[in-house]
Amino acid sequence: MTNLTLNEDETMLVDSARGFLDEASPVEKFRELRDAGKAYNPELWKQMADLGWTGVLVPEDQGGIDMGHAAANLLAQEMGKTLVSSPFISTAVMAATALRQVADNPRAAEALGKIASGDLTYALALDEGVKHAPNNTQMQAERVGNGFSLSGEKTFVVDGGSADRLLVLARTGDDDGALTLFDIPADRDGITRTAQNMIDARDSAQISFEGVEATGEDVVGTVDQAMSVLSPALRAGQAALAAEMTGLSSGAFGMTVSYLQERKQFGVLIGQFQALQHRAAHLWSDIEVATSTIANAGRMMDEDPENATLAVSLAKAKACQTAKLAVMEGVQMHGGIGMTDAFDMGFFMKRARVAQEWLGDYGYHAEQIAKIKGY
Amino acid sequence: MPFDTTNPEKFRADIRAWLAENCPTEMQDGDSTADSICWGGRNWTFQSDAQKQWLNVCAENGLTCPTWPQEYGGAGFDRDQEKIWLSELGRINARLPLQSFGIWMLGPALLHFGSHEQKLHYLPPITRGEIRWCQGYSEPGAGSDLASVQSKGEDQGDHWVVNGQKVWTSYADKADWIFALIRTDKDAPKHKGISFLLFDMQSEGVSTRPIKLISGASPFCETFFDDVKVPKDQIVGTENRGWDVAKYLLTHEREMISGGGSGRGAGRSLAKVLADAGHDLSEASLRSEAIACDIEEMSVALTIERYKDQAAGGKGVGDASAMLKYAGTELNKRKHELFMSAGGSEALQWDGATGSLPADWLRTKANSIEGGTSEVMLSIISKRVLGLPG
Repeated sequence: MTNLTLNEDETMLVDSARGFLDEASPVEKFRELRDAGKAYNPELWKQMADLGWTGVLVPEDQGGIDMGHAAANLLAQEMGKTLVSSPFISTAVMAATALRQVADNPRAAEALGKIASGDLTYALALDEGVKHAPNNTQMQAERVGNGFSLSGEKTFVVDGGSADRLLVLARTGDDDGALTLFDIPADRDGITRTAQNMIDARDSAQISFEGVEATGEDVVGTVDQAMSVLSPALRAGQAALAAEMTGLSSGAFGMTVSYLQERKQFGVLIGQFQALQHRAAHLWSDIEVATSTIANAGRMMDEDPENATLAVSLAKAKACQTAKLAVMEGVQMHGGIGMTDAFDMGFFMKRARVAQEWLGDYGYHAEQIAKIKGY
Repeated sequence: MPFDTTNPEKFRADIRAWLAENCPTEMQDGDSTADSICWGGRNWTFQSDAQKQWLNVCAENGLTCPTWPQEYGGAGFDRDQEKIWLSELGRINARLPLQSFGIWMLGPALLHFGSHEQKLHYLPPITRGEIRWCQGYSEPGAGSDLASVQSKGEDQGDHWVVNGQKVWTSYADKADWIFALIRTDKDAPKHKGISFLLFDMQSEGVSTRPIKLISGASPFCETFFDDVKVPKDQIVGTENRGWDVAKYLLTHEREMISGGGSGRGAGRSLAKVLADAGHDLSEASLRSEAIACDIEEMSVALTIERYKDQAAGGKGVGDASAMLKYAGTELNKRKHELFMSAGGSEALQWDGATGSLPADWLRTKANSIEGGTSEVMLSIISKRVLGLPG
């Protein structure tokens, strides 16, 4: 029977993750990366691989720990609390989920092994417009001889500047659903990557493809059937990102409550003012509610993946609303100091904004829910 | 028990077979409006033979209170078994066989604080729908500040003599017994002088007067106690420690109200509820509000499930139940604003095509007042959960 609380293994995973990240990647480490103009720390990534995290969704046969989506979400949630910047969602969650759909393919199996060992990173090149809309893909993969020639532009390719390989979504036919997913090295001839200067200081790239050659071997799964491998990967990524956002909300909220307990004005702690108490209590309630949707999404993906779309869209839609509230209240209740770059709250606000857009914002997921429920 | 508990699959199969055999078709209509609830009690008039049959067959098998121990009239289900039972009821759209304050509130308090004799005496009649209870908490001068109740019990050796007035006593005019907070030590600090007493509403000196509300209905009463004799063994817990019982019970009340189990459209797609009422949701603001409410409703329902799982795992929920009450009741009000808006001018008529909607809409306004206001809930969270300074 589905249980929405943590089991023993999950509690241990959360405790050890928190312990490790508080030491290895507190928010000040993110500030150091930002100041140095770096998107992530490869040494930390290697440590995360040693802990098994990069293989959390990789089958044991390929060297992973295969703990499932609920566990992957919990890791993302803990990373969110201290704004850990890494290709975890792109690589360990989404690419791993896509590739394990075709794990009997030797190339996919090899890639999964390298993801688990921390030796390979991925980015997903999906979107072409300002909003997440994989089904609207226009980029063409034209058939040339036995292979394909890819031409077009992708934008908001998260982790696309640093990734070793790309999963690229392209059109292989005129029918709406005639899309194919390609797995190609990020430095293949004809690929130009341009870094996007993101508000959250993380890696995102605009990538142009000019007659990039791809073979049949590069196709993940079946031609014209991208969604059979991509949909599970998107769901996994959306749920993990929602979990990261809930963690981020908790992180921002923790700072805010601490501030209410130490900041004095009018001779008293500002946490004594009922106007602020009630807003803090409302926000706490909202984070608790969002946390339940994350737990549900993880359980559904592990136990009934075919029917998990509603649970995942619910989690992402709710997380978008909650994270927005958490960072807005975070800045407002901190007053002027919350507006300064020297203080961390701004990092939470900017990451929350990017995370809302990535893989579908509130409106996108509300629309998915509306379709499923017959509105 | 006619159910195989060796594993969940067998258990579910047995429940399903039992329901197929025992749940009357008329009780499988998914109707959970206020009018269709079976409350039970000495004066209960069944709305149909099916309602009576459904109550009796469930009561015989402990299924009106499935998680209570079998010796007290329950079925002794654990949390997972309860989930299976409820999901199988939901699968066939079955009504709950019985709902009452005895099940929601007094029962849990007695199971926690009562003696074995008290449990044997009071619980089985609740599970069989024979005794209907009401709650005597609020007073004219004790609303949000509940611990300032003034109704008093004078010690007369083997009994107390109770005098005072309660207000907002739900269905007091229909109830058989009352559980009430009575001040038994007027000199002690306000939280330390209250006892949790039980007495028959037919006792000499008890009278009730319904209060007409903005909805036109009178679900609440004023209840007066004039020299009511209450025997000393009709106390739950220790004398003057009734506040502990009251607090424990309020937690259950909050969980119940948050659940909105009998609310309009509970557990159903809002789209379906609105479509059934003839709305095409083509207007942008209506559609987006409906989806937003649906998202919040699913999220809150999952949170209630998660907290129940936590409680079943032995980790108390405690003051966090204030969150469930706050979120659930605010959502119910929001949903009813949506229904009214969708209903347009039809919903402005007491007897229009939207049925009881106008009255239900008005009724929801009390959700965030009764059982502790939303503001009291937020104060509980901020002080006891977040540790913000008083």
